[in-house]
Amino acid sequence: MSKTMTGAQALIYALEGQGVDIVFGVPGGAILPAYDPILDSRIRHVLARHEQGAGHMASGYAHATGRVGVMIATSGPGATNLITPLQDCYMDSIPVVAITGQVATHSIGNDAFQEAHTWGISMPATKHNYLITDVNDIPEVINEAFHLAATGRPGPILVDVPKDVLAATMTWHDAPPTKLPGYKPSVKGHPRQVKAAIEMIQQAERPVLYTGGGVIRAEASAELRQFAEMANLPVVTTLMARGAMPDSHPLSLGMSGMHGCYTATTAIQQADLLVAMAARFDDRVTGEVKSFAPNAKVIHVDVDPAEIGKVRNAEVPIVGDAKVVLGQLLHQLERTLDDAAPPARTEWFDQLAEWQHDFPLAFDQDPDGPIQQQYVIAELRRITNGDAIIVAGVGQHQMWAAQFGGFEKPNTWINSGGLGTMGYAVPAAVGAKAGKPDDTVFAIDGDGCFQMTMQELITASVEGIPVKIAVMNNGALGMVRQWQKLFYHERFSATDLTNHTPDYVKLAEAMGCVGLRAERPADVGPMLEKALAINDKPVVIDFVCDPEAMVFPMVVAGGSNDHVIMGPEDLPRPDGPQPEDVI
Amino acid sequence: MNHVINVQVENKPGVLARVASMFAGRGFNIHSLAVGPTADPTLSRMTVVVDGPEMEQIIKQLYKLVHTVKVTELTSGQGIEREIMIVRVNAEASKRGEIIEAADIFKAKTIDVGMASLTFELAGEPDTLADFQELMQPYGVIDLAKSGRIAMARDAKSKDGTKARLRSA
Repeated sequence: MSKTMTGAQALIYALEGQGVDIVFGVPGGAILPAYDPILDSRIRHVLARHEQGAGHMASGYAHATGRVGVMIATSGPGATNLITPLQDCYMDSIPVVAITGQVATHSIGNDAFQEAHTWGISMPATKHNYLITDVNDIPEVINEAFHLAATGRPGPILVDVPKDVLAATMTWHDAPPTKLPGYKPSVKGHPRQVKAAIEMIQQAERPVLYTGGGVIRAEASAELRQFAEMANLPVVTTLMARGAMPDSHPLSLGMSGMHGCYTATTAIQQADLLVAMAARFDDRVTGEVKSFAPNAKVIHVDVDPAEIGKVRNAEVPIVGDAKVVLGQLLHQLERTLDDAAPPARTEWFDQLAEWQHDFPLAFDQDPDGPIQQQYVIAELRRITNGDAIIVAGVGQHQMWAAQFGGFEKPNTWINSGGLGTMGYAVPAAVGAKAGKPDDTVFAIDGDGCFQMTMQELITASVEGIPVKIAVMNNGALGMVRQWQKLFYHERFSATDLTNHTPDYVKLAEAMGCVGLRAERPADVGPMLEKALAINDKPVVIDFVCDPEAMVFPMVVAGGSNDHVIMGPEDLPRPDGPQPEDVI
Repeated sequence: MNHVINVQVENKPGVLARVASMFAGRGFNIHSLAVGPTADPTLSRMTVVVDGPEMEQIIKQLYKLVHTVKVTELTSGQGIEREIMIVRVNAEASKRGEIIEAADIFKAKTIDVGMASLTFELAGEPDTLADFQELMQPYGVIDLAKSGRIAMARDAKSKDGTKARLRSA
């Protein structure tokens, strides 16, 4: 097509060309020209109530669908409000593209109205970013942006477009194939390393397959499961990898780390081999690095070479895409086994079973006591049979959701792992539901988180995106309060929210949603059933929960994973960890 | 210990900011940094002198930048390193003779003469510059500017390192 059009039209046309079906945004002065052609486009625009909401929606959409999410905002405050979602996507390797308006090129640097140095501000929060100064660059830049967002280690890309560039005219040309001499992500693992890995795995007596979120990003869950079964490896899934391996699978040990289950954390500590599959040895997983898995050799598979050796040295480094490398490992293993069985590792599996028996994830729900959040999550898991997409905010509710969510499929667990962004759940759920309209999308949110971004429920009701939100209302910033209880001598500074203001039921109704409330354990199941039966409106359920409940197991920040605290009675006090030791 | 890294980057706006931002954000220290064009107009060369033990991480993080084309670490002896320095020293009439004599030994060029000062230009290997600086110290260094190191790898085909050094001097 060779057609004269404005930069704004070219931008929208380029987005259509990338297969974009939905964008999340908020218009404003500098981006105004781009909003006009949206009216004529087949792309659906979802008007968020805050740019941060638009950003998390794009992230939730990308999480749920695996496609690139798109957010749009204007210059200045619009763009700065996107920084949190961009950094969030950067930490969790979520492919998104942000389009921001910018003041006209002749005004840049003059402190113009709603001017911010968006390119500079967003640089460390993105995988790459652009400032378009020539309207003719639009096709190439958009093409590169989507290519960079989705390939290699996925991540956020920002494209800043000045208003005069949007208004200028150009003759459309299709972008040539991307030409990036410095960007050539390795996809296939080195065959010699793959061979070395299989030899090491075959010899291991106490191996653990330590699985990270990269497996989900690479859509490699089927290969992961096949490999674990064929090599006879127990599987630990990190917070970001929940769902990569079915929790019900006999080889699944669950989540490890700060709030991981005893068996998963301890298995890694006692392992003689860690097969790190697209995981990055995050501090919430390792605890104190020098005492982490002290006797384990490491095979580290990652698409990002910088992750290998960053925290822990790897005996066998393999740079490549998790799906491709797992395929290579499977192939090599098949050749090695040649109909022989893999090592049985009976002693190791017996040990793991013993830990699972002795130290299970558990909670007590007193039928006459306050609602325990774990009970709500377990009930939700039971009623939805693991088919719902669960979205979480950040804090106690997130950890309980990760522990008790019972994930069976990839892309059914969406949360803010690396950045730990409170307020993520509501907008991310809206984005996920917009991308997967036929799935049940249930946000498990804390009351603190909910109050940060709840206005996006207005977006949900107005746009007809019927998400369900369980507000775990314990009247407190629960995780912070837990730390104050454990490490600050119960001096509760600035963590009290009260559980009656606001009235979440009325608030939900005011935002066009259905509002429900559960105050007793007996209400939990029926309210969840009721919410699941409503499909024409968003639903908010106010679960009034126990404010004193704490998340366990727990490894103290910076402490060794050898010391898993199973409950408050295990806490070494008062000579235990002091506030200055914990992060 | 100082390491010298040669970074070939695409000659695009803002690429220096990207490299600097990465160093700052990751907590790596830059000792000196010099940027300039190469023979290929689409590429620029950055010579970064860093101290610290995290060389492997620094190189990997540099490669992560989309505009980085090639990163080479030049360990001692592998690289040809040059730097230029301008130094102004106190030079009252009685000392002038011996200062100029010392400068002559280093082949430093006198580029400015004041009533009570002399200003020299010296280009060469960083060690030579350091030696000269030390020699001038007792007279009183009034001001000093260094370009930052530039470097490239020695021609791999040259078997005789000494000869290569002489040729390039």
